[in-house]
Amino acid sequence: MNVGLYIHKNTPFPLFEINLREASRQQLLVISQELGLGLNLQEMETVQQYFRGKRRNPTDVELQTIGQTWSEHCFHKTFKGIIKFKGKEIDSLFKTYIMKATKEIDPRWCFSVFEDNAGIIRFDKDYGIAVKVETHNHPSAIEPFGGAATGVGGVIRDILGVWADPIACTDVLGFGPLSYPYEKLPQGVKHPRYIYMGVVAGIGHYGNNMGIPTVNGAIYFDESYTGNVVVYCGCIGVLPLKKFKRNAKPGDIIVLAGGKTCRDGIHGVTFASAELTEKSEEVSRPAVQIANPIEEEKLKRAIIAIRDRELASAITDLGGGGLSSAVGETAKRFNCGAVVWLEKVPLKYPGLAPWEIYISESQERMLLAVPPENLGHVLEVFREEDVEATAIGKYTEDEILQLFYMDEKVAEIDISFLFEPPRVVRAAEYESLKFEEPNFPKPKNLTEILMRLLASPNVASRESVIRTYDHEVKGNTVLKPLHGEYGGPNDAAVLKPLKDSWRGIAVSCGMNPSYGRIDPYWMAASAIDEAIRNNVAVGGRRIALLDNFTWGSPEKPERLGSLVRACEACYRFAKAFKTPFISGKDSLYNESPLGPVTPTLLITAIGIVPDVRIAVSMDVKTPGNSIYIVGRTYRELGGSEYYRLNGFIGNSVPKVRPGQARRTFKALIQAIDLGLVSACHDLSEGGLAGAVAEMAFSGGYGAEIDLRKVPVDNLKRDDFVLFSESNSRFLVEVPEKCERDFEAVMRGAVCAKIGKVTKTPRLCVYGLNGDVVVDAAISELLACWKSLLSEGV
Amino acid sequence: MKREEIKVCILRVGGTNCDAETQTAFEALGVQAEVLHVNEVVKRRNLLEYDALVFPGGFSFGDYVRAGVIWAKWILAKLGKELKSFVEEGRPILGICNGFQVLVEAGFLPAFEGITPYPEAALATNYPPGYNCRWVYIKHENSGKCIFTWKIPKGRVLRMPVAHSEGRFLFPKEKERQFLERLYENDQLVFRYSDKNGDYAEGSFPINPNGSFHDIVGICNPEGTVFGLMPHPERAFYWWQQPDWTRQMLMPQCGDGKLIFESLVEYLEKKF
Repeated sequence: MNVGLYIHKNTPFPLFEINLREASRQQLLVISQELGLGLNLQEMETVQQYFRGKRRNPTDVELQTIGQTWSEHCFHKTFKGIIKFKGKEIDSLFKTYIMKATKEIDPRWCFSVFEDNAGIIRFDKDYGIAVKVETHNHPSAIEPFGGAATGVGGVIRDILGVWADPIACTDVLGFGPLSYPYEKLPQGVKHPRYIYMGVVAGIGHYGNNMGIPTVNGAIYFDESYTGNVVVYCGCIGVLPLKKFKRNAKPGDIIVLAGGKTCRDGIHGVTFASAELTEKSEEVSRPAVQIANPIEEEKLKRAIIAIRDRELASAITDLGGGGLSSAVGETAKRFNCGAVVWLEKVPLKYPGLAPWEIYISESQERMLLAVPPENLGHVLEVFREEDVEATAIGKYTEDEILQLFYMDEKVAEIDISFLFEPPRVVRAAEYESLKFEEPNFPKPKNLTEILMRLLASPNVASRESVIRTYDHEVKGNTVLKPLHGEYGGPNDAAVLKPLKDSWRGIAVSCGMNPSYGRIDPYWMAASAIDEAIRNNVAVGGRRIALLDNFTWGSPEKPERLGSLVRACEACYRFAKAFKTPFISGKDSLYNESPLGPVTPTLLITAIGIVPDVRIAVSMDVKTPGNSIYIVGRTYRELGGSEYYRLNGFIGNSVPKVRPGQARRTFKALIQAIDLGLVSACHDLSEGGLAGAVAEMAFSGGYGAEIDLRKVPVDNLKRDDFVLFSESNSRFLVEVPEKCERDFEAVMRGAVCAKIGKVTKTPRLCVYGLNGDVVVDAAISELLACWKSLLSEGV
Repeated sequence: MKREEIKVCILRVGGTNCDAETQTAFEALGVQAEVLHVNEVVKRRNLLEYDALVFPGGFSFGDYVRAGVIWAKWILAKLGKELKSFVEEGRPILGICNGFQVLVEAGFLPAFEGITPYPEAALATNYPPGYNCRWVYIKHENSGKCIFTWKIPKGRVLRMPVAHSEGRFLFPKEKERQFLERLYENDQLVFRYSDKNGDYAEGSFPINPNGSFHDIVGICNPEGTVFGLMPHPERAFYWWQQPDWTRQMLMPQCGDGKLIFESLVEYLEKKF
């Protein structure tokens, strides 16, 4: 430490004054680095100016508070900043693309979006649905179990933070290949298998213990995830809208409830806003928090009781930045100031410096604003649930944040300054990568190819993982992630959240990282299409979207350029499908010694099923029924699993044709509502062949299809028709007696009868010249599909 | 006793998480079902106001040490006397999943000769190890003594989901045979894991999802009034909770779990 820069204050507890006013530019950077502030020179100079104006030096508490509040993780500097791209200036990616789509669509059913910890949409006249998806990549790379578990814990608190009762969780994970050679691993990077086992166990641990079903998810394997594991944790809650309280005012008491505060999770947000290096383990291990789901379960009970009795005026969770961001953000939102007495914060062990108390990210804590007359009742509710709750401060008239520790004022910052960091200006550039479109002869044995494809990492059954998650606690999971006797992969989960209503929620997701390597624009478009079509396949409509970006360092122009491309697609396709974004989160700086992460956009879709009794599962039901394909198949194999199997990437990434796609979705929903659909499955990784195989073996019957009947565009090879991953396509099983009605409803969309369900338990595909090109027992296909991860975790 | 007068108490503590759906199941049958935090019961001492008691599923006290053990010891210390009179008066107690673990740890099951100070059986970690959530088939073995299953014909195969990592029913190795014989003698064996045709799992995974001795799913006390099982009847109550209801032409119109709640309710109607 630099002597002279830090002045030990004469207090009975550790407190430093930082000699900022006289610091040189060089010293400013030293201070930022030594205190782990994560602030750049421009930001440090802004802070310096501020304190020069105040004619005093800041304390460590003040600097840490600013560092947390201005971090990428808390403030989303890149998404809110100015980006110079192709000669123009983009004034905030967030406003220009994401929020703009929502504003322009402006649906009446959006209740509160982009305002709180979670987006809230209307479910029915009285109830709302709150949804949030978080990223927890960095902590999971260091400590997979704790990182993933606290990811789940954190997103559940986001839901509690809008007064909603969490009813389901989702998880979407990305790992390096499980067979990655150990000797190729650089120092500090953990083996994908170790990370995989830890993450899966961590997610199960939290959700299962809290009694919240994990109902939907996905797992992707990609080389680039070896150094940058991807962990998305989502949570869905319901709340009676009239109990949604958000009106704290000066004089309200700040109550901290839940777990005790300690040193776990110090500097979590600054850690999450930097690249991973070989030193991350050593330096940042304390940034990963410790999970205690039972504490959060009790906290949840108390919060729901307080909500129902309307005892508090506002609530927020403690996540990234700990108290510093929870107190600051609520004060800002309600145009108040705040006073906090840090010595009142219950600690797990003594000895924490005031700044540590204020920024610790210890888990299972929530912050409530309570009118003084209700304080006794609120504390009583917590006591009944065996949850510790303490009044630690109050909101004030002035717009100043004041922190005290043992009667000593340790911080005083204007709220307005705290929330006006200098805007980041970043340069972006984009040059499309050209991968060659491969040229290889059609394989002779497509049956064998199909079997290998079903057993390939990105297609194979996730049963061994899903079974370790409780997916039906609460008894509301109407359409489960594993369907029926053979564990069929339903496209979306359907939940029935209210006792006395048949109305349901459909939860689905879409993610296509391998397209992202070719073109992030079409990757984003495909992810949106996939999330929507998965939702439509079970009967979901009135769909809302959530965006979650996992990208490399935004300080590198080409990474930022690809982010801009993806955002452009988000705007265009959300608008075209009239599916607003209601919440989202970005995780940038996903870079490791092995390089950057493949740009990965997760789209989560939340739809409404007006009556869960119409929900459609993906398994074939009755021999003799016809199989239709809906949507046109193009020569779009770039980034497909089929190309990957053959060692190629290719360039012909699947496009989205929104006009056609919208007609298809609309017609299909109508057919489902009319009861004309026995089974429906979306076409994604593995294409037509993968989908028909899954439908057949999940239903326990065979299928016969004829490729000559598939509506194609310039496709002359059996393998391309079978494995193309063109978007907006479905396979639909229709009973014979409904065929005419079905065809009538589907007029206007591309749709063709291509085969039927058979009693013989074999999958038989006739090729473009009429020969049999695939012929296999469904039991064999099922065995291939279940082979990969069957050893369990 | 009239159905609407029946009062069921569903206990909970930090970590209990299947209380709401259990309450829903009882309410659907027209009885009063109240979810009570044990702190509340300790304060009010009102256990004997209820006609039946349920320990629902969850992870009471985080299931630290052994699943169910902390809650078992805690409740014996605080409410031991009331609980024992509850059992002695023949009032029914149901333990589901974590609740079953609690009843075994508290010595309420198998209780060959009454409640024991130490557990006589265990619900050990699954084999194969790990948490497992799946639908299983269970075959009814009881000849009519268990008041929670008297409506179900012996030999009938039911379907319900399990979701646990500690459900392997075990007796002490040296007393295994002797205890098993007593289960049969006293008609205490209630369900065994089987396939859908009723052939016993004989320990094979996943038909027996946890490696339970003798494929034991659930047992009752010699009086048939205390019953514990690992699967979740409350999650198999409605037809739409079944994993393949969309193939509905083959499906019954309610879940099999309902039979357990109905048996209890109808027993209470008749008995008291």
